[in-house]
Amino acid sequence: MSDASPVKAYALHLGVIALLFVLSFLLPEYYHGLLSRIMVLAVFAIGYNILFGYVGLLSLGHAMFFGAGLYGAGLAVIQLGWGVPLAFVSGIACGAVLALVIGLLALRTTGVAFMIVTMMFAQVFSLLILYFASWTGGDQGMVVPQPARVLTFGATSLDLTNPTVRYMSALALFSVVLLITLAIVRSRYGRVLIAIRENEERTKMLGYDTFSNKLIAVVVSGTICAASGAAYALLFGYVGSSFASVQYSILPLLWVLLGGAATTLGPLIGTVFMYYVIDITSGYTSAYLLIVGIALILLVLFFPKGVLGTIRQRWLGWLP
Amino acid sequence: MHFGPHLLLAALEGLVTSAVLALTALGLSLVFGVMRVVNVAHGEFFMLGAVLAWAITTAIGGHPALGFLAALVIAPLIVGAIALVAERLVLRRLNYNPEATIVATIGMLYIIQQLALTFYGPEARPVEPPFSYRILLPWFGYSGYKLSIIAASALILIATWLVLTRTRIGLIMRATQYDSETAQAFGIPVGRVYGGVFALGAMLAAIAALLIVPISQAHYLMGQDPLLLSFIVVIIGGLGSLRGTVVAAVLIGMSDGIVSMFFSPTLAKIIATLLVAMVLVFRPQGLFGTASR
Repeated sequence: MSDASPVKAYALHLGVIALLFVLSFLLPEYYHGLLSRIMVLAVFAIGYNILFGYVGLLSLGHAMFFGAGLYGAGLAVIQLGWGVPLAFVSGIACGAVLALVIGLLALRTTGVAFMIVTMMFAQVFSLLILYFASWTGGDQGMVVPQPARVLTFGATSLDLTNPTVRYMSALALFSVVLLITLAIVRSRYGRVLIAIRENEERTKMLGYDTFSNKLIAVVVSGTICAASGAAYALLFGYVGSSFASVQYSILPLLWVLLGGAATTLGPLIGTVFMYYVIDITSGYTSAYLLIVGIALILLVLFFPKGVLGTIRQRWLGWLP
Repeated sequence: MHFGPHLLLAALEGLVTSAVLALTALGLSLVFGVMRVVNVAHGEFFMLGAVLAWAITTAIGGHPALGFLAALVIAPLIVGAIALVAERLVLRRLNYNPEATIVATIGMLYIIQQLALTFYGPEARPVEPPFSYRILLPWFGYSGYKLSIIAASALILIATWLVLTRTRIGLIMRATQYDSETAQAFGIPVGRVYGGVFALGAMLAAIAALLIVPISQAHYLMGQDPLLLSFIVVIIGGLGSLRGTVVAAVLIGMSDGIVSMFFSPTLAKIIATLLVAMVLVFRPQGLFGTASR
């Protein structure tokens, strides 16, 4: 399926990245800002999709990985005074370590128990943020001050609060993560993950160590989500406990379901679509959670494969 | 007040919490046990019970007992009907697939919560207790209504237990829980049993909320804590075991009161959630459950 068309697949993804690059110059200011945010959150969805789409593990706690990145980077800047690159690495490292620990524990369970355990660990994480309010700012959150959000390379400096720099940084992160995901999915390892999703017992019988393969997937997924969180803190300058709440564990699930689980571009499409739906409807009603709820139910009922999943099934079998 | 009476007071308060928790968790446990569905919207059925209690008592007026009794009959029926409709329209079509139903019930949670916010509003509103008799103990006076909560909850729990173990309906439910395919082959209308169990689970949550609402308040977010605590109870007690659920509810309810006396409520929640997650990781059958088949 995917072997037949490596050129096509890479061309499509590079095309999407090029399109996003061009859009930067065409979009009006408001949508320009919105799209930078969407790209960062799409990275979150891509990370979620690796575990949910490819390994078939439904986590209800991915907000903790996003939160680990967010706070790992935000606290490094605010409390320790670290520079932007080091803070970004710190956020990613926090997420990777957390994902390793959570993976070691949660992967002992399967099915429904896995969902509940991940949800409970995420709950503990968000309560810890509230508990250590003197450090984390509690439910008020913290603002990353503007002077701290500047990247300096010798003489040149990049101000991450500048809309264009922000857009390009978000695009750079998104592109790197998208291409890494594409490579992972097309690799031998990616196919082992899909085999685990389809039939774990049989994969085990074929001689694969499913536990360590799943553990790697949790760590990769958590690290990508943490990268998204770290970028969010540095680019948009706000670190808040609401990003670690249950809602932010549900949102990536919704985005991935909508765009199409186990498709590389699905998370982007789902995030864009959901953001615009909420943006449009917010003119009529403030009850955006109502829309999230209805969307979730309609998706699982009538459209379980999502946008790209359906397109792949009907027309484009080669879509990665 | 000396230590002894103080402890008695804490124990009584703990028992009230346990009584309400046992009912709520029993609903969750029945739905999971029989249908294998994790109902994330369970807390919202709890909240609906309380909000409807406020609506009905306000609409009827007059003596508080009159409105409360009316609410006790009408509110669970409405909540049960809503649950039944949700089961027919959504869960049944998903074929009770565990992952799809969990996503769908998350959707229901958001829908019910937002509709409650839209139509009921963000305020917390009180419901008057049906009677306000104080029982005078040698050391302190205690609300008779709170004691009646414990009694009412015990009665409902015993009734549920009798229905489950001594009646034909209970036999059918247990057969469906044990092996739904064989039950179907023996002519049990499994679909109808599922509908009934889902409605019953929601009604138990609504009744629990009705009992507690006169001493707390009705609020559109009040379903969150009972949901988490019910999960904890059901997991500790062993998924789908009635006796385990009641024992765990008493354990959690009592320790919740006592622990939050010594620690901050946030820290207590952190410790409890972490412990329960560990139970689920290392002893998935629960502390009192037997290993699954």
